[in-house]
Amino acid sequence: MTTQRVISRTDTTSSDLDTDYKWGFTIDIDSDVAPKGLSEDVVRLISAKKGEPEWMLEWRLKAYRHWLRLNYEEPAWANIEHPQIDFQDIYYYAAPSSGKDAPKSLDEVDPEILEAFDKLGIPLAEREKLAGVAVDAVLDSVSVATTYQETLEKAGIIFCSMSEAIRNHPDLVQKYLGSVVPYGDNFYASLNSAVFSDGSFAYIPKGVRCPIELMTYFRINQADSGQFERTLIVAEEGSYVSYLEGCTAPARKQHQLHAAVVELVALDDAEIKYSTLQNWFPGDRDGQGGVYNFVTKRGKCAGQNSKISWTQVETGSAITWKYPSVILQGDNSVGEFYSVALVNNYQQADTGTKMIHMGKNTKSTIVAKGISAGHGNATYRGLVKIMPSADNSKNFTQCDSLLIGDKCGAHTVPYIEVRNPTAQMEHEASTSKVSDDQLFYCQQRGIGVEDAHYMIINGFCRGIFQELPFEFAMEASQLLKVSLEGAVG
Amino acid sequence: MTTSTIRYPRYHEDFQALAAIRPGPSWLVDLRAAAWDRFNELGLPTARRGNERWKYTNLRPLAAIAFESPQATDSTGGLDAGTVRSLAPWDEAWTNLVFVDGKFSEALSTIAPAQNGTVCSDLASALNGNSGPVRDGLAQLASFDDDAFAALNTAFINDGASIQVPDNAVTASPVNLVFVSTAGPQPQVTHPRTLVQVGRNARLTLVESYVDLTGGSNFTNAVLEMAVGQGSHVDHFRLLMDTPDGFHVGTSRVLQGQDSSVTSSSFTTGAAMARNDFLVTLDAPGASCDLRGLYATTGSQHIDNLINIDHAKPHTTSRLFYKGILSGKSRAVFGGTVTVRRDAQKADSRQTDKNLVLSHEAEVDSKPSLLIYADDVQCGHGATAGHIDQDTLFYMQSRGLDRATATKMLIQAFAAEIVDTVGVEQVHGFLETVFAGSIPAESVVFGGRP
Repeated sequence: MTTQRVISRTDTTSSDLDTDYKWGFTIDIDSDVAPKGLSEDVVRLISAKKGEPEWMLEWRLKAYRHWLRLNYEEPAWANIEHPQIDFQDIYYYAAPSSGKDAPKSLDEVDPEILEAFDKLGIPLAEREKLAGVAVDAVLDSVSVATTYQETLEKAGIIFCSMSEAIRNHPDLVQKYLGSVVPYGDNFYASLNSAVFSDGSFAYIPKGVRCPIELMTYFRINQADSGQFERTLIVAEEGSYVSYLEGCTAPARKQHQLHAAVVELVALDDAEIKYSTLQNWFPGDRDGQGGVYNFVTKRGKCAGQNSKISWTQVETGSAITWKYPSVILQGDNSVGEFYSVALVNNYQQADTGTKMIHMGKNTKSTIVAKGISAGHGNATYRGLVKIMPSADNSKNFTQCDSLLIGDKCGAHTVPYIEVRNPTAQMEHEASTSKVSDDQLFYCQQRGIGVEDAHYMIINGFCRGIFQELPFEFAMEASQLLKVSLEGAVG
Repeated sequence: MTTSTIRYPRYHEDFQALAAIRPGPSWLVDLRAAAWDRFNELGLPTARRGNERWKYTNLRPLAAIAFESPQATDSTGGLDAGTVRSLAPWDEAWTNLVFVDGKFSEALSTIAPAQNGTVCSDLASALNGNSGPVRDGLAQLASFDDDAFAALNTAFINDGASIQVPDNAVTASPVNLVFVSTAGPQPQVTHPRTLVQVGRNARLTLVESYVDLTGGSNFTNAVLEMAVGQGSHVDHFRLLMDTPDGFHVGTSRVLQGQDSSVTSSSFTTGAAMARNDFLVTLDAPGASCDLRGLYATTGSQHIDNLINIDHAKPHTTSRLFYKGILSGKSRAVFGGTVTVRRDAQKADSRQTDKNLVLSHEAEVDSKPSLLIYADDVQCGHGATAGHIDQDTLFYMQSRGLDRATATKMLIQAFAAEIVDTVGVEQVHGFLETVFAGSIPAESVVFGGRP
């Protein structure tokens, strides 16, 4: 392990990138990085660095060996194009080095890191703007701070970084880790299982309604590093939790890889609401740089009457490849997926969901809105699968796409598999441009073309934004505006 | 011919035999050879992973059978005229071309006097006469570069139908193609090829029927190529009535010129595995197509519709409406892709697939996709699957209809939405009697598991 000073070299910073991305700064901190490339030694090193027990290392190695057998064959079915990723040219572990062990309190956290998160609008001090939200801040590969620990502890809720969870709550982690997304699930999930460095763990005990929102903020800082975090949320019987996730990265010319895994488990009568504002660096106007976002997110409604709801606003990343899914195993369980995916410039998004109906009377709702501008391509790809055991299950799917400009593309690829006659399945999709009549009406009332577009697009996404917690909804609407800059007019 | 290994010796043997018996003109020899090589390279698409075009249809049972080409028998195959007339829509005033086991049967066919210069003949004679239009038209639309079944058919081009409609010609009476399979000692394969060339401002009604009389595992690998010129209109009907053990792969390729319109209706029953692979390319402004389909499966049947519409130019319109009725342990697959290419502005498209699932073991797999690369478009699609609406049934019962009658009426009404769009009286009548009878009413289940 080497300690390396991260220097913001001019060729990797935003100075010569043509972008409006305002979260693109880098910070200058000491970083612990593992040598570039992936090998069994790196996997062992990551595990050792985190002081993990033997079973965890074994699991990582199993995943790594499985991944090796895949022979660098990335899944090729998505509607995305990118140059071959060199998996040996990536730092798999980068951590802000604190000089000593993990910081005991906020006071011990590097002030530069605190400032960085402050600048991102994520105050780690328990105060003001995001009061009432417990934040786990993850910088590069590790969690740097988790706020409101005390409040949560009082309610019996465990909310900490994954590394801490492995050390302090091994039984829970061992029981649930990989239970929804097994290490052999897909190429990127296997990679993540082998090298994941941190992430968040939340456990809501029986009958507890989580009093505040839980949030993890992910930030990539280190150049040429991949971020591989792993999140696990377990909601025991009759509990409720709302979890938010936000992310940004510096603007760099090189592409960066982000391959996360999120697993949710909802037991009887439990509800998990998971909201994402994905704002990784999307690349500049010419498609230079940007994050490759290959994420596996899946929830399991394991218990009866359980509910899992995914809401995502995807405005960032050069490539988005993610399909937050729900396995509706318990009878009467409910799965929801609300999504806004926006692509501008040369961004590509292939995103959607999978709803696997297994229990009786299970219901799922899918509402996906795609907005394509510039040279962007947005694809909705979804699967609704009704198993023979899913009597009286229902699905409603609506996918709408808006096109802005004649160089972009909007695609809808739904897969519908029905194996039970009592199921009711409905799918609707539409694709069109912003209506000339609506634009004309706005302009005639004195609203400029650009503002009129924002207004109409905001209205188009309104149904999704309403599913977001209030602060997030405001931010999402702002993000949309920034991301669309230059697309109209 | 390269020295690469022969992957399908049975097909290869028959391919060589055909080349020896019916070599045809030299361009045909070359075409067949190129197609054979391509087929041998591609192989049948049996892969179960990463094989998106055949995601829900397993071709291994088909690939496992060594089908043989039918032995030359007398051209009626022992059928009499009366039987043939009852197998498919028929009218004495039409031009009826009958093919028995892939071979044109002059004795069973009735050819109406030529109308306005329209040429209808069997493909074998057209090839023998080295017809110019046939030479120029064959294999132009049905590319075999990445399609093993089109390649196999092209390697075996020998018989089928050839139809040329000149400019401004209106063929008042339909052209009726009836392909009949009869029993052979072994499972048989036929590769009928149909070439339709319609000039400008012309009109044609075309009926294709595929019937299997054997109850055995015959395989029909049909290809239709149809070019529709500027301002022309074509009404097309495709009826497939296969046996429960039969295999059918139908590849249809339609290219439309400016302001042309095509309506095509497909009706499918039977078959251990039937595939209806239909591609319409709207290649000039003003072109429009309206594709409809009805499929009914029962037992362990499997029907796979892959309907693609390519909006290649601006101001094009497409409508697609398919419906399925499933019972038994059957499976229906609907894959439809509407593509709007870059700059094909003002495209207007609507795609719908509705399924009525009547049994617990049946499965519907529907994948209606949209790939849109232009912004000024109106495109939509919808898909539904479900059983008979209980409230409707209750209402009908409350009016004194018994449950069985009410159910049957509702199934018929579901089918009627497609059947009643058929404007050709004889086809409509045939569908109502013969085809409707093959829609099962048994094994209908309601509510939860029995």
